Amino acid sequence: MAVDRTRLPEPGPPLSCNFPEVRRRTLANGLRVCTIEHHEVPLVTCFVLMPIGSSQDPGHQPGLAAITGDLLDEGSGDLDALAVHEALGRIGAHLDTEIGADATLLELTTLEQYAPRALELLASMVWNPRLDPRDFDRVRELRLSRLVQLRDLPPAVADRVFTQLLYPEHPYGHLPIGTEEALRALTIADVTTFHRRVYTPKNATVIAVGDASHDRLAALVAGAFGDWASPEGVDTDLVDVASLDAPPSPAGRVVTVHRTGAAQSELRMGHIGLARSTPDYHALLVMNMILGGQFVSRINMNLREEKGYTYGARTSFEFRKGPGPFVFQTSVQSDVTAEAVREVLAEIKAIRGGRPVTAAELELGRAALTRGYPRNFETAEQLGRAAVQLALYGLPDDYFTTFVPRVLAIDEHDVTRVAEDHLAPERLLTVIVGDRDKVGPTLEGLDLGEVSEAAIA
Amino acid sequence: MNIPFVRHRLDNGLEVLIHADQNCPIVAVNVWYHVGSKNERPGRTGFAHLFEHLMFEGSQHYDKGFFHPLQAAGALLNGSTNADRTNYWEVVPSNALELAMWMESDRMGYLLPALTDAKFENQRDVVLNERRQQYENRPYGLAGMAIVAALYPPDHPYHWLTIGAAEDITAARIEDVRAFFQTYYRPRNASLSIAGDVQPDEALRLAEDYFGELEAGEEPPPFTCTPPEVRTSESRMVLEDRVELPRLYLAWHSPALFAAGDAELDLVAEVLASGKTSRLYRTLVFEQRLATEVAASQNSREAGSFFQIVATAAPGRSLSELERAITEEIDRFIQDGPTAVEMERCRAQAESQFVYRLQTVGGFGGKGDQLNAYNVFLGEPDYFDRDLARYREASSAALQRAAAAYLRPETRIVLSVVPKGRTALALVDAQPAVVA
Repeated sequence: MAVDRTRLPEPGPPLSCNFPEVRRRTLANGLRVCTIEHHEVPLVTCFVLMPIGSSQDPGHQPGLAAITGDLLDEGSGDLDALAVHEALGRIGAHLDTEIGADATLLELTTLEQYAPRALELLASMVWNPRLDPRDFDRVRELRLSRLVQLRDLPPAVADRVFTQLLYPEHPYGHLPIGTEEALRALTIADVTTFHRRVYTPKNATVIAVGDASHDRLAALVAGAFGDWASPEGVDTDLVDVASLDAPPSPAGRVVTVHRTGAAQSELRMGHIGLARSTPDYHALLVMNMILGGQFVSRINMNLREEKGYTYGARTSFEFRKGPGPFVFQTSVQSDVTAEAVREVLAEIKAIRGGRPVTAAELELGRAALTRGYPRNFETAEQLGRAAVQLALYGLPDDYFTTFVPRVLAIDEHDVTRVAEDHLAPERLLTVIVGDRDKVGPTLEGLDLGEVSEAAIA
Repeated sequence: MNIPFVRHRLDNGLEVLIHADQNCPIVAVNVWYHVGSKNERPGRTGFAHLFEHLMFEGSQHYDKGFFHPLQAAGALLNGSTNADRTNYWEVVPSNALELAMWMESDRMGYLLPALTDAKFENQRDVVLNERRQQYENRPYGLAGMAIVAALYPPDHPYHWLTIGAAEDITAARIEDVRAFFQTYYRPRNASLSIAGDVQPDEALRLAEDYFGELEAGEEPPPFTCTPPEVRTSESRMVLEDRVELPRLYLAWHSPALFAAGDAELDLVAEVLASGKTSRLYRTLVFEQRLATEVAASQNSREAGSFFQIVATAAPGRSLSELERAITEEIDRFIQDGPTAVEMERCRAQAESQFVYRLQTVGGFGGKGDQLNAYNVFLGEPDYFDRDLARYREASSAALQRAAAAYLRPETRIVLSVVPKGRTALALVDAQPAVVA
């Protein structure tokens, strides 16, 4: 049969997304447990969520939360560091530790048959790590070396400078890895005290997803974590980032970091954005899709597909417990750095009203978020990460089922309004990591505030 | 364990593989073309990848970009090129399958009428920026080029990386695009998989409707190349880069993808450098603290692979210390073979990796991609089980033999990457590396 190539087939209506049931219980020690059944593949994935991110670092100790998280798998209980990994390796388990601004997240995936052993190892790491001084010393050396290497990686330099300048004197004002000075000053006693204070069952949520019943998953978690007792007389209060005032928002400025002979300029442009709890969350997601959140967004189409300046460009809002950054990021050919910056500034201004979002753009932005939504819930890992979001940000249980209708309720006016309210072209911090000799002279006349140069921290 | 599927060959030679999985209301459409940078010629390197970019710029019957209608339907999509193949995929809601089939078939059949100079020049600039971002402006980013350039002679198609030389990308012409499309982007040189929430009959009907009408074209010329000569002496090179910590690369020729010894060397890499209990990590990073990181890999490819070990020196340690420690560990492995515990661990890791691979229908490495990989490289899309068996059945003696046969010091390439102006930090007798 000859097909009709004169028009594209219409996809069907958006498919509803039934997020599987999440069952919750709290153990006697205060630890919260979430279970989700997922019987597709004979695996179990287990997350331990500790709301201990780099924002919990004491002010003079940036990097403490991250090195503590890093030391969890360096020996626990009866097992030294190598024995822990030997035990994980023999059951083919895969362990991953992530440390962000708001949380430390451990993820362990294993064949269902080995889940009891895997969870036992995971629990032991979290509440009974050895925190041996020799391991601390070795891990700290590796982190210091990593910091040295990151000085040569333009995206890492740009992220560091952007973060530090955007959030002065604020818990979000440093990267999780911390600084060389702070790492050198840390001792194992700092780590031990920190771990004892904040790694408590009351702070922890364990999410188990996989090929087992709710009861079995819950029993596995209870068996592994049930004996974790809160230390007596320890202050377990965490810094409440959400209640802190955001740093003042100064006028826009441009900061360059010199890199001799760089083939490209690494760019960041942005300002402090919003917390995860903002009522404008869904409208901002739609607005960002149109501005720079996907391939066919205004900014990527402009910088990549029309001008060929870059391999790709995007914007994002990082919604955290407290107000996270709004940031544009790309890497552009050195000789068009100023043009790229100018175009992005123009796009940010335009979506606030100069060239408001069209009906077609709105439809595309909403459709990209809603029609593709089911694919976010295919694997045990994805389901577990979704439950992590619920737990970390205190979202309601029907969050995933109400997502699609809430996005579809956003209209052009909402998009323009949140762009006006939450994008601030006059307050943009612009960071350029590139060759001063190629880029510097072209930055004259940019309407982005004072231009200065920073050294690589 | 396997990935059940229905297989059908259209009259024009296109292979169609359909795997039904109703777990999630999504479908992955995946197309492999059996062409990669190994089908390029010297002076025109980087072309297969540049061509891949043009596949996203619109085709005759929908010439407003490939992304737009698919993202509007909620798709995730991408493509990639390596030395041996080019793949394209989209994961769509199951009720947008027909749209994905329309789009994929249109660019397979009708790309050229929509090709313009403007698109070509734009994507050439994009690719040059991709090269700057991923290679030129990245620490150690040019090391891979130096390694393959030294492992293979200039006329061998693995002599260059898929990204190609900047001057070759700049020299590419739009006529080359037409010839390349006519030669390689033919149904008979492709494999289409549809994996996910579909009825196989319905998916097959769509495949016949949309792809069946495309012209079969000529058989692409068979790929040939002269295997590189067996190396008889070590070769040492040095590359200066904007880095603070020197890094050592060791590389050897090794058996081709799926050839005897390939899986064994994969497991050797696992025992040597995967995880904290691996031999090299334990010795270099954990105990002696000579290195900040170490990795080993069997880089499997159709016309011959290479085995590589990479280690970065810890501050204050030298590359010659690293070289000595790595060589000792390899010698010990060749002499004694893996222990029973190591075999248990690397088999458990391999087996669980195979299960992990069954989790998702789409994307790079998803079930649709795997079916096409087995089909394109072996003509056997049901190879999953036998692939797993290669790892399950590898004996410790076979690992030892493979290491002894391929990881000899006299056949290796050794590259020192050192901070600019600090060539004294390289191993002795290293010659400047050639990078395009």
